[in-house]
Amino acid sequence: MPEFWINMGPQHPMTHGLWNMKVKVDGETITDAKPEIGYLHRGYEKIMEVREFQKNVVLTDRLCYVSSITWSHAYCLAVEKMMGIETPERGQWIRVISLELQRIASHLMWLASYGPDLGLLTGLLWCLRERELFLDLIQLMSGARMNQNYPRVGGVRNDLPENFEAMCKRSIEHFLEKLENEYPKIFHESKVFRMRTEGVGTLSAVDAINWGVTGPNLRACGVNVDLRRLDPYETYEEIDFEPQIWQDGGVGDSYARFVVRFNELRESCNIIRQALEKMPKTGPYRVKPPRRAEGEGYAKTEDSRGEALFYVIGDGDDRPYRVKIRSPVFCTMAATPILLRGNKLADVVSILGSVDVCVGEMDK
Amino acid sequence: MSTVVRAAPVVVSGRPVPLIEKEVLGGLRAAFGAKLLDGKVLRPGHLAVTIDRDDLIPVCTYLQKTIGFEHLSCITAVDWKDRFDCTYHIENYYNGCMVQVTAHIPYDDPKIKSLTGLWNAANYHEREAWDLMGIEFEGHPNLERILLPQDFKFHPLRKDFAQEVDRQYITRRKLRGGK
Amino acid sequence: MSAPLIPNLFAVCKVLVAAIIGIVQSIIYALSGPIPPLRGLGDWLGLDAVITVVTYLIVVTIVVLWVTVLNLFTVMWVERKLYSRLQDRYGIMISIWSLPFWPFNRVHRPTHKGLGYLQNLADGVKLIQKENITPRNADSAMFHISPVLIASSTLMVFAVLPWSSGFYVANLDLGILFILAAFSLAPLGILIAGYAANNKYTLVGGFRAAAMLLSYSIPMVLAVIALVVFTGTLDPVKIVQQQDRPLVAFGTTLPLPAWYVFGPQFLGFLIFSVAMIAEMERVPFDIPEAEAELVEGWTTEYSGMRFGIVFAFKWLRMLAACALISILYLGGWSGPVFATLSVGGIPVPIVPEEIWFLLRIYFLAAFFVVLSWSVPRVRIDQILNIGWKRLIPYSLLAILVAAGFRVLG
Repeated sequence: MPEFWINMGPQHPMTHGLWNMKVKVDGETITDAKPEIGYLHRGYEKIMEVREFQKNVVLTDRLCYVSSITWSHAYCLAVEKMMGIETPERGQWIRVISLELQRIASHLMWLASYGPDLGLLTGLLWCLRERELFLDLIQLMSGARMNQNYPRVGGVRNDLPENFEAMCKRSIEHFLEKLENEYPKIFHESKVFRMRTEGVGTLSAVDAINWGVTGPNLRACGVNVDLRRLDPYETYEEIDFEPQIWQDGGVGDSYARFVVRFNELRESCNIIRQALEKMPKTGPYRVKPPRRAEGEGYAKTEDSRGEALFYVIGDGDDRPYRVKIRSPVFCTMAATPILLRGNKLADVVSILGSVDVCVGEMDK
Repeated sequence: MSTVVRAAPVVVSGRPVPLIEKEVLGGLRAAFGAKLLDGKVLRPGHLAVTIDRDDLIPVCTYLQKTIGFEHLSCITAVDWKDRFDCTYHIENYYNGCMVQVTAHIPYDDPKIKSLTGLWNAANYHEREAWDLMGIEFEGHPNLERILLPQDFKFHPLRKDFAQEVDRQYITRRKLRGGK
Repeated sequence: MSAPLIPNLFAVCKVLVAAIIGIVQSIIYALSGPIPPLRGLGDWLGLDAVITVVTYLIVVTIVVLWVTVLNLFTVMWVERKLYSRLQDRYGIMISIWSLPFWPFNRVHRPTHKGLGYLQNLADGVKLIQKENITPRNADSAMFHISPVLIASSTLMVFAVLPWSSGFYVANLDLGILFILAAFSLAPLGILIAGYAANNKYTLVGGFRAAAMLLSYSIPMVLAVIALVVFTGTLDPVKIVQQQDRPLVAFGTTLPLPAWYVFGPQFLGFLIFSVAMIAEMERVPFDIPEAEAELVEGWTTEYSGMRFGIVFAFKWLRMLAACALISILYLGGWSGPVFATLSVGGIPVPIVPEEIWFLLRIYFLAAFFVVLSWSVPRVRIDQILNIGWKRLIPYSLLAILVAAGFRVLG
């Protein structure tokens, strides 16, 4: 039977977003893959040149709508590096808490979509139920569940409300109990789940670094790189946490990526607890940035999906001259032919689901 | 300055090494001297270097093979109206150092060598730079449009492509002569 | 040890039909005073052949309605409610409280009141009023005949499946063989459906379905062979009768009934259940209609009530599979001793056999539902791996074990 190209998408329940994946199959085995992206291209970098610095936060929220605070925070950090200002300490701690809450919500959304990919529809509802806890916390903190417009150049928009700490502790306790008791039963201990994800979509560490894969996908290949540790920003130096790296056998396959992201949920809860203790109880949370700025600055942060880098150039006007957005999913998409080659057609779902694609940041 | 030999599988300390940026800057100055148009330290762990477009491959080869900068993070194309700039952010996983290499490109000849031979990560970034800015990368295996439709005729991120606010609909008030 | 509510459906219906025809006959005789030719019609109606034919029609109607209305709705309700409670949500909620014609429901209709039993009826009505689309360039005859094939082969199963020792349409000597054969006609329908819809996805789904269903028919039949070594008969009523006594093992009488699952047939029970999960196309073996990959698989192009038929008959096949497992291994409709009173030598049921049978079926159905909704689906090559490399050797082992125990007594 000759090889032919199959189109997975752009309308497909599996692809989680609007992009097309052409795979060349020989029977059931994949010989080549060609992603086609750009369906959601909104022209961000051009639009951001027309809006003022502070108003661009509304736009960067919508880059990856599942994990909006992390993207706006990366942009604010880049602009602060360009302007040469620094957030006050309490503002930095609040930023850390908001980032970790958003990371947990993003990973839970990924897990909620990964379960049904493999046929486990119960996973969808359980993960979304837990995600509600964190969306409630984020709403308490910033006023919205999604696209919150919360980080500001120079700090955050508002301080944490009074009952935030108690509610946060309660939610995290409840969530950790669920994570220890209920989730491993349908994911880790399920033989069928491991059969579907182990040995599938392996990526070697050298390949991953060469193709620019970052974040949990890279840590699943055994590489000890976590930008919160390697190049600390905000107050991550003062927090004691472990970057989750997968070092057992089967390095770099879908199961490793799943376990790394799963463990990061636990680590994020740990970080939030420590931040709530170490945070100064009062203090300014925001400084007023200058209106016009000249220079250039870049900041890279550990987004939920990898390394997000913003490079902002200002030329003395009150709006940026050039904003460059580096999206981790864009680079991982380049590595998909390597991920998919040699696997079966039925594994495409498992592999692409474990890579955690968010089309908003890929297409800018 | 120790030369770090790359070995696979990768074993990385995971923490930043202090004062590494001065070492890297010193190494670059020693290797390339006058070809560096500008070199400065931005903040601990980050430095910026400016070169001309012909020195791109030697500098990047030196960074990758000799000092062990294995991660090409980002390729940015900037349109200053009298020249183009191609900025490369290259990161070192061993010591957490990041180098920003800026290559000047003349405005009427927007071509530069492609880095896909050194880092495969450059593949998609260079396609995006070609797509949105129009800078041609020589030696790229597959230089075609990635984010915009295949038959799109312009390079929108250039400064002579009008901003959306300038191309917006004209309100009736404006048509009647108001503001 | 257990007694049916309806000792013999045919006899009961015949009595009723004879009574009704008697009434009709007397009306016709009364009318034949002024119109003499009607007397011949009255005589003809009293013929035994006519009464028998009408009885058969009524019996078939009763059983079909029992299966497709009562049991189908109940098993659909059990599944949808159970899996939604497993997922921490309310589940289906349209019930008699939501109907608009009650006078107390005119202004405010309660949203979360009631069991939700009528939701499936509502979904059926919704599907009926949808447009039936036939894709262009599809093989029209094959496309339309495939749901009919699946439906009719499944209903043939229910023609022979007894629901107690008296409640059946027909009881064949080779009943189990007939049931398994009718069950295995459906893969043909599925393959035809996948091919006829002119769609790359359904074709892949149809191929996968055919491969999986055919390869899991083999351990299914082998497990039944291992059972037949013990029972010596393929008649479902007799098989249940053999299990209706206490278990005698190694000379002592245990307080367990002599169900075949408690004996050396346990391996056969496991193999048969796993093969049945694959035949029912349930998760973990539902790759033919894996919705994440193939957007509904071989059923993609069916819309409206055709989709409803295919979907509903998937549940009916689950019913048939649960019924088969409980007849063969779990004692069918046999109940404990206390469920029957003996009134003057005639066993009168306190809890009749049908109830015991339904209890077993729904217990098995609930187990399959919980299993389906808590595991991901297995990839097609892994499914075929399990079927050929694991189930078939184990089923041969089961035959050996059964033959060994039979020889040893």
